[in-house]
Amino acid sequence: MKIGVVVFPGSNCDHDAWYAMSHNLGQDVSLLWHDSPSVGGVDAVILPGGFSYGDYLRCGAIAKFSPVITAVKRFAAEGGPVLGICNGFQILVECGLLEGALIRNVGQRFVCKTVSTRVETTDSPFTHLAKQGEVLRLPVAHGEGCFIAEEPVLDRLESEDRVAIRYLENPNGSMRGIAGILNEGRNVLGMMPHPERAADPLMGNTDGLVMLTSLIDFAPNDYAAAGSSAFSKS
Amino acid sequence: MKAHVYVWMKPSVLDPQGQTICHALNGLGHQEIASVRQGKYFEIGLSGDLTKETAQATLETLAQDVLANPVIEDYRVEIVD
Amino acid sequence: MSTLAPEAIAAHQLTLPEYDKILSLLGREPTLTELGIFSVMWSEHCSYKSSRIHLKKLPTQSKHVLQGPGENAGIIDIGDNVAIAFKIESHNHPSFIEPFQGAATGVGGILRDIFTMGARPIAVMDAIRFGRLDDARTGARNRRILQGVVSGIAHYGNCFGVPTVGGECVFEACYDGNPLVNVFALGVFKHNEIFYGKATGIGNPVIYVGAKTGRDGIHGASMASAEFTEESKQKRPNVQVGDPFMEKLLLEACLEAMKTGAIVGIQDMGAAGLTCSTCEMGSRAETGVEIDLKFVPQRESGMTPYEIMLSESQERMLLVAEKGREEEVLAVFRKWGLDAVIIGVVTDDGMLRVKNHGDVVAEISNRALADEAPLYNRPYTTPLRVAPLDGPTIRSNDLGADLKALLGSGDLSNKRWIWEQYDYQVRTNTLAGPGAEAAMVRIKDTETSIAMSLDGNGRYCALDPREGTKLIVAECCRNLSTVGALPLAATNNLNFGNPERPEIMAQLVESIEGLAEACRFFETPITGGNVSLYNETLGTPIFPTPVIGMVGTLPTGLPMPLAFQAEGRRIFLLGGLRPGGDREFGSSQYAKVILDRLWGTPPKLDMYYEKRVQSAVRELVRDGLVDSAHDLGDGGLAVALAEASFGPQGIGADIRLDSDRSQELVLFEESPSRILVSTSNPEAVRAAAAKNSVEALEIGATLKARVVIRNRTETWIDSSVGDLYSVWNNALEHLLLNPASVVNA
Repeated sequence: MKIGVVVFPGSNCDHDAWYAMSHNLGQDVSLLWHDSPSVGGVDAVILPGGFSYGDYLRCGAIAKFSPVITAVKRFAAEGGPVLGICNGFQILVECGLLEGALIRNVGQRFVCKTVSTRVETTDSPFTHLAKQGEVLRLPVAHGEGCFIAEEPVLDRLESEDRVAIRYLENPNGSMRGIAGILNEGRNVLGMMPHPERAADPLMGNTDGLVMLTSLIDFAPNDYAAAGSSAFSKS
Repeated sequence: MKAHVYVWMKPSVLDPQGQTICHALNGLGHQEIASVRQGKYFEIGLSGDLTKETAQATLETLAQDVLANPVIEDYRVEIVD
Repeated sequence: MSTLAPEAIAAHQLTLPEYDKILSLLGREPTLTELGIFSVMWSEHCSYKSSRIHLKKLPTQSKHVLQGPGENAGIIDIGDNVAIAFKIESHNHPSFIEPFQGAATGVGGILRDIFTMGARPIAVMDAIRFGRLDDARTGARNRRILQGVVSGIAHYGNCFGVPTVGGECVFEACYDGNPLVNVFALGVFKHNEIFYGKATGIGNPVIYVGAKTGRDGIHGASMASAEFTEESKQKRPNVQVGDPFMEKLLLEACLEAMKTGAIVGIQDMGAAGLTCSTCEMGSRAETGVEIDLKFVPQRESGMTPYEIMLSESQERMLLVAEKGREEEVLAVFRKWGLDAVIIGVVTDDGMLRVKNHGDVVAEISNRALADEAPLYNRPYTTPLRVAPLDGPTIRSNDLGADLKALLGSGDLSNKRWIWEQYDYQVRTNTLAGPGAEAAMVRIKDTETSIAMSLDGNGRYCALDPREGTKLIVAECCRNLSTVGALPLAATNNLNFGNPERPEIMAQLVESIEGLAEACRFFETPITGGNVSLYNETLGTPIFPTPVIGMVGTLPTGLPMPLAFQAEGRRIFLLGGLRPGGDREFGSSQYAKVILDRLWGTPPKLDMYYEKRVQSAVRELVRDGLVDSAHDLGDGGLAVALAEASFGPQGIGADIRLDSDRSQELVLFEESPSRILVSTSNPEAVRAAAAKNSVEALEIGATLKARVVIRNRTETWIDSSVGDLYSVWNNALEHLLLNPASVVNA
């Protein structure tokens, strides 16, 4: 599978996503510079963690104007899978591909730790190899990861089975313990935890692998053939 | 009584955020934006029987000691009715 | 003799003899700009004028060392054509004045020292020291400084994308008005990717890159060399603001520009900014550097040559490119959105010539600035001693309560509250992070990992700077050996008081000599470091506090855990009990936390025995013959047993001792050369010990959920692991958030 990892000025988990996908999982990974007008024929896009534009103004607020984001939006509209991790999630929310907002952690401090999360749906390109309810220990590292949205939005996310993963230990005060959500088409996932940091046995934790291998195992043609309901609940 | 307190970086102190925002606005085609300095804005409600002068004095102290970091920031207190 | 007023000379912290030396070097009077340039280059901070003659005593070479002191960072070879660059720097004074920005720019400065050599930073550690958090008078300020320093380190390191993998945090009243913030950074590169700070090649362009120059930190270098007074708080406009985003761009752009092959030399602008980088690069290459300040990107209008030359604006680099290829370099910086401007040229006359719109405003020999600073052999007597030789009679009522008090003390408590604010995993190399015996990062694309340890002990050094410093080196080496690594080299940060006081100078001299002796013995040369003097507030000096950062290598693999892994394993004390006397107990954490006293001498160190214990544990760990290994440090045997019980499984220990010595000493003394291991292979432990001629004392077995320590028929301690853990785990947060609620045992 060809995977594109987007690099913004200030991205700093780009290398980690690249390494996990290429070295740990043997995929063909390219880096997409922020001013690229297209995603260059990849099968999946990863928006990595970091501090794009220093996270100045708001996290993701400046990155959303990058030319590559226009290309990513087009790619997503065509059904291509897009995984936003940490700062990538913040950018997806800022640019409108996902609902809600990510604000400062309730503890007011940056938090780096490994927390328990639960897979809430297997109906997505990112979780279809996981078991429903499977508990994953995943690293988080962020200062602004508290997910908030208005109650009707939260209700809709839940009723449409678009909460992909939920914290069992909530590190940041996210509403309803939400750690990651899908878009309506189910092909865009934003999540604060870092699966790419839990993809190498040497790091002492491989719980993130199931999400990354789900993405690799997901054949884009399946999606096109089945239309936008391939990952929708029937 | 209500007050507004503005806090911003002293003119001689680097404001990385303002600078980055300025670059971003230029990058969006707004070449007319020459500089951006950013800061914080507080809306403060006061209760009790206070004169404007005492409120001003109290908030000046609080701005100096708490709301601003006088080492690198300036502030302004405005009492509004 | 001079038209510059004596006050102007004094204001630049130059003595009259120093000024006379300037007159004779120049053959004329300096301009004000030149006076400013001399004052920063000849400051203690840049010139090491009080310490240099003693620093020469340090060993700096081994077969692994590629670059010793004198460059931006030391470099050692780790095999497979891979090298690491590492160094430690202090930012003590700025962190007192503005804790958040002071610590943040401290991290920024040391990171630039690493990547200016071409290495990509892959790890940071911090040694931070504050006054007591629960002190009635100063506690509130100390808590505020700690919170500022920690969030400053987090802000900069996290955004830059370097993991903060370890460090230490210590509380002592002597750091009340003078916190210590020492930051260690380490980077990795291939041998052919190493760059030096040399302005070679006559006619080559000198290029300025990175942030614009503002009036930041003017006189920062000379401020870092002066004692604090009430008046110095008025120097506050000097505070520099760090921009980690800019630094991240600078890192990527510099590494990319280096790959063009068009860069011949590069140096960051740190203390003394443009002044230091120009004259040092010229001096190293024995060339001249001519610049015109009109080309220097400026953030503020109306800056004078004096201000531009002395500005300490952060996130700036100076580089020399190959003539004719400058466009290749400039293009890379443009891609990253950074200012990059040719400001001058390398000349053949050895002079630093500074022009302002064509007018010469300073013209000084590079050598005079960088290498001919006055050197002082400052008088020294015997080290200042603040403590008596003999201590009180010790009689504990409740050893279990003592253990809890120790585990709940600032120094020994879990520092989770601090390190959870640091991204310790970014770049996915961290095999062992904060809280481990030693931090460990793998080097991708090799089979090698780096282990590192950062350690200091002001109490030991206050009692005996020489022996204290040796103990610190031994402890660092022991930390590395305990995880199976071979110590290779070290960097030092010497934090001391005013060297113009002979009894303080004596502390510095003795410490350096102890450092030299121990580093020679353990074959861990010093490849660079930092000296921070004048750490005094209103005449009260800090404890002499050398901090050592040690690095070593080991084959990449899952790290040896510190904690017990399973019930029913045999527990050995490798090295044996190593009994000390009452006097050696006076520097212990027990003396500090339980008795609130300091006396005597540091623990006795037998370096030969120490080295053999380290060999034994290294063999056992590398061959996987033990299940856990943890060295005995602060708090001695009882604290080490408790810490080893704090693994995820909560496996404790059932310990049976046979000693006729005082219970407090046996449990809490801090004799070196001791390592706690658990194993299912006792014969292997005995064999490794015998082979290395050290003792392997079997002291008990692992046990579910309890820590029980018995001596003969007496039970000294019997606690649940959960109780001990909860005290240890929550203490720092309590101290920070509800200091009043902490009850001292």
